[in-house]
Amino acid sequence: MVDLWDGLTQAFWLVLTGDPELAEIALRSLYVTLTALAIACVIAFPLAAFLAVRRFRFRRLIIAILNALMGLPPVVVGLIVYVLLSRSGPLGVLGLLFTPTAMIIAQVIIIVPLIASIAHQSLRDLWQEYHDLLISMNVSQRQKMRTLIWDARRALLTAALAGFGRGIGEVGAIMIVGGNIDNVTRVLTTAIALETGKGAFALALALGFVLIALTIAINLTIHWLGQTEREGRW
Amino acid sequence: MKRFLFVATLLWATAAQAQDSMRMAVTTSFHNSGLADVLLPEIQADLGLEVQLLIVGTGQALRLGEAGDVDAILVHSRAAEEAFVANGYGTHRREIMYNDFVIVGPSNDPAAISDAADANDSLQGIADAKVPFVSRGDDSGTHKKELSLWIDAGLDPTGFGDWYRAVGAGMGAALNTASGLNAYILSDRASWLNFSNKGDLALLFSGDPVLFNQYAYLPVNPALHDHVKSDLASRLEDWLTSERAADLINGYTIDRETLFIFNAKTD
Repeated sequence: MVDLWDGLTQAFWLVLTGDPELAEIALRSLYVTLTALAIACVIAFPLAAFLAVRRFRFRRLIIAILNALMGLPPVVVGLIVYVLLSRSGPLGVLGLLFTPTAMIIAQVIIIVPLIASIAHQSLRDLWQEYHDLLISMNVSQRQKMRTLIWDARRALLTAALAGFGRGIGEVGAIMIVGGNIDNVTRVLTTAIALETGKGAFALALALGFVLIALTIAINLTIHWLGQTEREGRW
Repeated sequence: MKRFLFVATLLWATAAQAQDSMRMAVTTSFHNSGLADVLLPEIQADLGLEVQLLIVGTGQALRLGEAGDVDAILVHSRAAEEAFVANGYGTHRREIMYNDFVIVGPSNDPAAISDAADANDSLQGIADAKVPFVSRGDDSGTHKKELSLWIDAGLDPTGFGDWYRAVGAGMGAALNTASGLNAYILSDRASWLNFSNKGDLALLFSGDPVLFNQYAYLPVNPALHDHVKSDLASRLEDWLTSERAADLINGYTIDRETLFIFNAKTD
């Protein structure tokens, strides 16, 4: 209990004094997860729309696999990416291991299935509504997908936020592929794991509270941005 | 979005502009001792070299070296290190310094090891009393040391009962577990002194020469991996074996206790 209170006060002081080290790892956390999120959305939204409008043989199978992969264990993803990017692995020549890029790659793999599954769910419902209209207008497959994605944007925002949540709090994969190197790949979650390992619970908790506050702030910001956009458009 | 891209490129730039930097895998016990925080800034100042530390167990450090993912390793498990060099993964093994292992346990000491004659005797006492003992269980240098100590005492850890808990975690996490269970554990002195969640644990046994813990520096073989920065690795080696490093290492204390003793042989 004492640790919890110490953690809270320490978090307060760290933020108040603008601790440069904290700012650096917090920014790196955001950089890694937001980049991964942007890439994942670019992959997941069209994929979800495609699965909604197109009927083909392995559609059900792909959807089932996507849903299953939502529970992909980050440690396993980390290990696979590690083996691929290791100097003795197939992509070793790129020299990406233990860089923020490697962490982004791992997080993209982790959050794409989550975003695609949630996005597909809402796009499918919307497609039932739009189906007759769009078919009668005789629009192309691409236009159908684009319409669905645009009109379901609020639901897709939720999907993206779910992906962000999974990415920002993730530690298993980025610990393995990033290596938790000070000043290079240390982010909030790996710093928390490190401080816990040193038995410095108060500092670990302080970083944890900063992480939670950051997540809430980002969510609020995105919601706020989403709303202003909607008012302007509608 | 623009702002975010700006921050992103800024981070990219800072990551890319690090001119002279090398990666070294070190053990958790070395990092937890706090010595790295003393040495790294000095290395940066003297050599203009940024050493990026990967803090892992000895087992994983050796694997990173084998794969060529790091430029050098600093570990403490002699047999494994010699095999590493013999298999051609490292160019050579250079002893740098040593510290010692200690046996930590509940302060009321139910296995009465604090007055044991030697390390054998104290482990025998723990096994006889069947009091909880936390083992690293992660193939690290400390774990290997602990296993060899049990075998020296004529005991087989695989046959131990419930009281022997292999947690498969780093030094700090294992100490946390021991603190929670109020169990015995083998730790290096530095990690123990630097550990802030001691709870009811106390240092009970130390001083037997078999508990000495030699750290060695092994540059990764550039013949196997041509991207390995062997010139930087050898500059770092020269620094680590220099008078300057000796003073810093011997002068590093926690609670006025000397932790490491420099013993590199100069050529």
